[in-house]
Amino acid sequence: MSRYDVIILGGGPAGMRAAITARQHGLDVAVIDEGQRPGGQIYRAPSRDLQPHERAGATDLAQGERLRAAVAESGAHLLTRHRAWAAAPGIRVDCIAPDGPISLEADALILATGTIERVIPMPGLTLPGVIGLAAATILLKAHAVVPGGPTVVAGVGPLLYAVAAGIGKAGGRVAAVVDLLAPSEWAGALLGLISRPDLLARGAGWMAGLRRAGVPIHHRATLAAIHGGRGVEAVEIAPVAADWSMIPGGPQSRIAAASVAVGHGLVPATEFARLMGVAHRYDAARGGWVPEVSEDGRAGENLYIAGDCAGVSGAAAAELAGSLAGLGVARDLGRISDDTYEKLTARLRPSLRRAQRFGWTISAMMALRPGLACGIAPKTIVCRCEDISRQAIDNAVAGGVRHVNQLKSTTRCGMGPCQGRSCADAAAEIVAANTGLSREAVGIWTPRVPLRPIPLEIALGDFTYADIPWPPMLPA
Amino acid sequence: MHDTLVVGGGVMGCAVALHLARAGQRVVLLEKGGLCMQASGVNAGTLAIQIKRAALIPYALRGWEMWSDARQWLGSDAGFHQVGGVTLAFTQEEAEMLAERMEARRRNGAPIEMVGSNRARELEPGLSDKPVLASWCALDGYASSNELGMLFRAALANADVEVREFASVDAIDRLSGGYTARTLAGPVSASRVVLAGGMWLEALLKRDFGIHIPLICRVNQVSVTERMPPIMRRVVGVATGQLTLKQSQNGTVIIGGGWQGKGDPERGGYEVIPENLIGNLRLASYAVPALRKARVVRTWLGLEGNTEDAMPIVGELPGAPNAFVIGGVRGGFTIGPFMGMLLAQHILGQQPEMPIFDPTRAIVPSPSAAGKTTRRPDSAS
Repeated sequence: MSRYDVIILGGGPAGMRAAITARQHGLDVAVIDEGQRPGGQIYRAPSRDLQPHERAGATDLAQGERLRAAVAESGAHLLTRHRAWAAAPGIRVDCIAPDGPISLEADALILATGTIERVIPMPGLTLPGVIGLAAATILLKAHAVVPGGPTVVAGVGPLLYAVAAGIGKAGGRVAAVVDLLAPSEWAGALLGLISRPDLLARGAGWMAGLRRAGVPIHHRATLAAIHGGRGVEAVEIAPVAADWSMIPGGPQSRIAAASVAVGHGLVPATEFARLMGVAHRYDAARGGWVPEVSEDGRAGENLYIAGDCAGVSGAAAAELAGSLAGLGVARDLGRISDDTYEKLTARLRPSLRRAQRFGWTISAMMALRPGLACGIAPKTIVCRCEDISRQAIDNAVAGGVRHVNQLKSTTRCGMGPCQGRSCADAAAEIVAANTGLSREAVGIWTPRVPLRPIPLEIALGDFTYADIPWPPMLPA
Repeated sequence: MHDTLVVGGGVMGCAVALHLARAGQRVVLLEKGGLCMQASGVNAGTLAIQIKRAALIPYALRGWEMWSDARQWLGSDAGFHQVGGVTLAFTQEEAEMLAERMEARRRNGAPIEMVGSNRARELEPGLSDKPVLASWCALDGYASSNELGMLFRAALANADVEVREFASVDAIDRLSGGYTARTLAGPVSASRVVLAGGMWLEALLKRDFGIHIPLICRVNQVSVTERMPPIMRRVVGVATGQLTLKQSQNGTVIIGGGWQGKGDPERGGYEVIPENLIGNLRLASYAVPALRKARVVRTWLGLEGNTEDAMPIVGELPGAPNAFVIGGVRGGFTIGPFMGMLLAQHILGQQPEMPIFDPTRAIVPSPSAAGKTTRRPDSAS
């Protein structure tokens, strides 16, 4: 079993910066990441096969390359293509590595697992040609691939415009942007966004580019349905009220499309934090369930949580939070004194607060509003792994279900290979709406290992009967 | 004032409540979480006569009968499937153990026959060529433990049992003519009380009755694969009792056998032990090699509270008239409904169909009292 001073789960901006910082103070560091190269989603590395001109669609490339170079030089062990499936206090992390299962141990753990994308289902979501906004950014950044056009880009948040602009830049065709927010809501957020004029200008540039290209932008609108037979053929868009519920009898329009990129905000990826026993609270404005951490990201003994997985706050804040977590571990493991820690962190905290102000403004705009999930039609599939419809969830609640764990066991909603990551929010919203309980009260699914499916062929290895570690036998 | 207050909504508490209500009692049931969300709902659902304690075979057969007849008393078949089961021995030593253990069960009425490895593979073509001997029981099967809470909720409502879920009991007070449970939503009173708290029974008895029945906390790991094409059709076990394996109707394969994780009554099951998960999966794939093509999607933990002898405690508490206890047995899913019926018969003043299990045998002097009598002069305070 390999042993390190600190294991960092996730090689995005928070994880890379935590690794660099921890290395600066002499710690032996392992960074575990599923990807081919570090970067996470925002700084996802372009495939090595791409020609330079093919990388044009990749926003944030320069900063990503700078961080990748710095983390590579730092001397941290970069365990890419490692899929972590369990973590336990102690600290122990179990992974499927490219050549089989491994267990790692460390004195401290930093969770920098980022977010997962929320998609509230609508009819047609499972048609071929429908992808998430996050998936669209992966296609663009890593592979310079555009979805087959024309593409409808729908949902909420800056990613909407980043994807639409990226598709245009990479040579694709955007049929329409369908934005849940009103222009006034974007304008109303300006005060919180002004702290990052560079990002603000970039966003304005995306919008202007779309307008120049004649891409229609539908505000306060949603995808009522995606139509098609063997693939996407058209979408039906409908106006929404301020709570994102479809306005009954509102004018619907049909837009021809061959693909759809849709996303309804980012949700902190908290499975590892929950597995480690960290308490969580529900905060819609930070993306949903967030772990209870100190300002410096401390979540427990030798445990830190940094970046968007501690509450969506954006890449700039993630880097700063990563630095703070790296310093926290260096102090906890006795590599720097309390005084040095205070001195170094005092410089970071104001920058972090400034970055968070921007990030939290964005995440508050993306906060899920109740009308979206409430409007899911009875026959629409909510849990696509297990084919569980809205109607089945309604029936379960009518039969007495009041907690998402009860929903899971009685309907199998959330029991499939994605382990509930895709449907968790929609299912919980429906249970909360139908029971009148809060999201806190209806709870969150108990995390279950393996957090990613484990292929037995790899996990079991070659063994003989004698290699089975028999537990003590019980009386017959 | 109710006739009976049941504390604990697992399979046993629900079954007692149901039978008492059907006999005309006014019953209230308090459950700190949801019905059957602990061991009763998260066990592997195996109804295998071959893995039951020899001494409990007559009870297991009646429990099995009740599951096969669930539509009659529960209002649903509860996913009951009788598929038959094979139990395997992989070594000569295990073969001897298997023969001996199955003979003991057979003597107590279990319809089990010993079969050779070829016959075992005819019965279950998914088996590897590793077994040297096997036993066969046509009764073995499974039910959907995960649906049990939903089914009991409906059945109890139909029987006019007042069910309060997410209702923790802060204390049970003995009052003149009965018992009162203090809950956040106010007191709940009844002439008698049934304690059916599973692993949480020990703390309940200690806190409210000053009675110490130590329970061994078994934290059982159960795993499930993705849906697969059919790879097996029977329940498969091993001589030592440390494997239960079957493919459910939806194609997932459920793998159990009592491999341990970490947990306690305060925190519940909180950590899967990866070595035990891998060990359990290795054993399963040793028996049914097609499992090597599977992906495991979920492992979960259930807390089982076993008495020292792992036998049931079902009956009245000494020194606490009209207070009853039920639980303590290993593998309570199969026999749970029958145990509940037996206790209901006892409470109703009828002769229980089979002898119940006096809890007195499991009581030990309370730790504080024990501390006083056994303290050595040199022990630290």
